[in-house]
Amino acid sequence: MPQTTTDIPTKINWEEIRAQFPVLQQEVNGKKLVYLDNGASSQMPKSVSDRIDAYHKNEHANVHRGIHSLSQKATDAFEATRTKVRDFINAGSLEEIIYTTGTTDSINLVAQSYGRKNFKASDEILVSEMEHHANIVPWQMIAEETGAKLKVIPMNDKGELIMDKFYELFSDKTKMVAVVHVSNALGSINPVEEIIEAAHKRNVPVLIDGAQAVPHSKVDVQALDADFYAFSAHKMCGPTGFGILYGKKDLLNAMPPYRGGGDMIDKVTFEKTTWNDLPHKFEAGTPPISAGVGLGAGIDFLNQIGMEAIAEREYELLEYATEKLNQIEGLKIVGTADKKASVISFLLDGIHPTDAGTILDQQGIAVRTGHHCAQPIMQHYEIPGTLRASISFYNNEEDIDRLVEGIELVKEFFG
Amino acid sequence: MDIQEVQERIVKEFSLFEDWTERYKYIIKHGEKLEELPDEYRVEGNLVKGCQSQVWLTVELDGNKLIFKADSDAAITKGLVSLVVRLYSGQTPEAILTTNPEFISKIGMQQHLSPTRANGLASMVKQMKIYAMAYKSKLQTS
Repeated sequence: MPQTTTDIPTKINWEEIRAQFPVLQQEVNGKKLVYLDNGASSQMPKSVSDRIDAYHKNEHANVHRGIHSLSQKATDAFEATRTKVRDFINAGSLEEIIYTTGTTDSINLVAQSYGRKNFKASDEILVSEMEHHANIVPWQMIAEETGAKLKVIPMNDKGELIMDKFYELFSDKTKMVAVVHVSNALGSINPVEEIIEAAHKRNVPVLIDGAQAVPHSKVDVQALDADFYAFSAHKMCGPTGFGILYGKKDLLNAMPPYRGGGDMIDKVTFEKTTWNDLPHKFEAGTPPISAGVGLGAGIDFLNQIGMEAIAEREYELLEYATEKLNQIEGLKIVGTADKKASVISFLLDGIHPTDAGTILDQQGIAVRTGHHCAQPIMQHYEIPGTLRASISFYNNEEDIDRLVEGIELVKEFFG
Repeated sequence: MDIQEVQERIVKEFSLFEDWTERYKYIIKHGEKLEELPDEYRVEGNLVKGCQSQVWLTVELDGNKLIFKADSDAAITKGLVSLVVRLYSGQTPEAILTTNPEFISKIGMQQHLSPTRANGLASMVKQMKIYAMAYKSKLQTS
């Protein structure tokens, strides 16, 4: 393709970026892998797996407790990630960055700690119809214990929250609002700024499930004014088993720890234990250290490209894919919100999603099928599940074309 | 037909195919021939757990043999299910308990039998064996 000289310095070479992901270079069932299940987990660039490897080879010891040099090295590597996370989401301080094992763990922490302390019978927790189970079940569990109730903000058929209903549901009983930033099943980007602003007028805290948002666009927790913000390392080029809970310092300070053990204590006697300071108060036990180091490398990788560029590229691919898929007869996209991230859920007329997924897999195309851990969404549309292609910046137009060809073969199979 | 003969026969049928598309098309066609499960059996209680698609399984005793009927809302699952029904239905509990569905890997479908795979084929085989176990002890005591 001819390139103009003015294009060259600013243009990102996405193929070069893609080449840094070893896992994408393989064949599956004899075909070049097309990986479109990034919503479940992103892949890891070589720089991240190299960093984890180097940590194990050169720096590993337990953190926060050794006088010896190696332990300090491990602690430095592990804690460096906290600084990177703080800067990545523009948090106010390191104390506001709590290490967890993932988004689910982060939400459970808030439900069990904040919820147990503050919820009482007849209080209400506002969630939305498009939540992942991770932002429903932890609230249900604490509601059952405290007598609080879940209220659900409904969505329209496009997959957009009905904001009028949100305002109607909000009352003096509302003690927490927990909503997803970007829907994992539909791709809808929710108006979380508006939700947070409204809740704060009534002094109600807001937790945002940002698992699908942080990897794909610039998130600034201070600009959002979110009280709690949860996300996972494995969706942002990092390893599994690691995640973040951002929380405002005042709120976190007032919350009791919910898991006890090493690292989270100040002083222990059999009569009484006093808690360590933030953020360690919530980090009992030996953490997944190498995974934490890996997240730091993942953030470095994303920063090198730039989140604005990533968001732009993914939007470009989303538009390309939406246009191509819409041309397929008998294909219906589920989730057509005006504001969408690069997730496309779809149905094929008369074909069960698992059948389609199996035939796509035979062609080396990885998509997810099923309810995507968001059964209430499927209940809304009265469907058992969908096929979902979730696109990352390291995908390309060829991946989309392969998906389209793959779907054509699926239709031939079941037609 | 003896249960091992059924197994060998299925493997022979699949040996004719050269690529995966033909194998899958045959599986789907095989499923279409499955005797339809009446609506009253397509109930929650007959659902096999662990499936992304729905699989219903029923059993009844005919003399000393078990008759399985099954259905699924997904075509490939239904095809795989129909093959397992063909293997086990009309066999004695003893034969069912001592026979593993080895044909599945021999026809290149082993990935569907993994207990962690979400299609539930492994759960269904397990459920059939549990039925066989229950009827075996029932037959012994009666």
